Amino acid sequence: MNFTYLPATPRNEEAMLLARVIGEVVATVKHPTHEERKALLVQPVTLDGADYGPTLVSLDSVDAGVGDLVLVTAEGYSAMTSVGRGTQAPIDSAVIGVVDRVDLLPGSPR
Amino acid sequence: MILARVVGSVVATRKDPRLEGKKLLILRPVSPKGEEQPGYVIAVDTVSAGYRETVIAVSGSSARMADGCKDRPVDTAIIGIVDSLSLDEP
Amino acid sequence: MQLGRVIGRVWSTVKDASLQNQRLLLVQPCNASGAASGRPIVCTDATGSAGAGELIYWCRGREASFAFAPLEVVADNTVVGIVDELHVPPRDAEE
Repeated sequence: MNFTYLPATPRNEEAMLLARVIGEVVATVKHPTHEERKALLVQPVTLDGADYGPTLVSLDSVDAGVGDLVLVTAEGYSAMTSVGRGTQAPIDSAVIGVVDRVDLLPGSPR
Repeated sequence: MILARVVGSVVATRKDPRLEGKKLLILRPVSPKGEEQPGYVIAVDTVSAGYRETVIAVSGSSARMADGCKDRPVDTAIIGIVDSLSLDEP
Repeated sequence: MQLGRVIGRVWSTVKDASLQNQRLLLVQPCNASGAASGRPIVCTDATGSAGAGELIYWCRGREASFAFAPLEVVADNTVVGIVDELHVPPRDAEE
């Protein structure tokens, strides 16, 4: 058999990333820690603005809106504390900033 | 968690002492319909799974919450043996 | 979290003690237009009522087990919400 190692589940890197807000999720039945927080659909983008990776559902802590370029944390502890839900909540990503501008050195890898 | 099939085992004498007595099995991910997928993982067995059985494996730091895996260097653990599956798709 | 669709259930008798009485759902991750992305996964269900065919969103990693806190459930993917609606304006309109 031809084996190649593959991680068992799709995992996002636990990092901050740039993403574009593409929509909102409306859910009535959800975990109590998600109540009263907007759930945004965010699409991670490269520095060129191109989409990459899966679309994420992120809780909003900065009142971001559709079309905004935002800073998303994909690390649980940062996410759950930024939306004020303690340290034991099922929250793996949150929108923690609205990006005004990105400055890049010319010729930087994107 | 993923669905996987037990396709082999790994024997290691020299290993982290916290893995002593743990059975290491080679898992191949399978689709819900049972087709084997590319790739493999090595998992610590906590439910006495056997060859060719379809199992449920948990990965990441959650694997250390499995029975007997607390504070051990485990990133994938077998935590269930599948009896049956029901699928909504045709 | 990510979007997904419930495509089935898994039944298991021999399993970790913390998973007793937990529903195990088969979830196909998908994007905002509903198209499947990646392999189906097995999720625990914190909503208690997600059913076949429903659009849900799920939490991954260690945080997935916090859905059941203070219980310590061996979970790396947990369904935490059932989606009623998605509001996704056409992307060209926003430029």
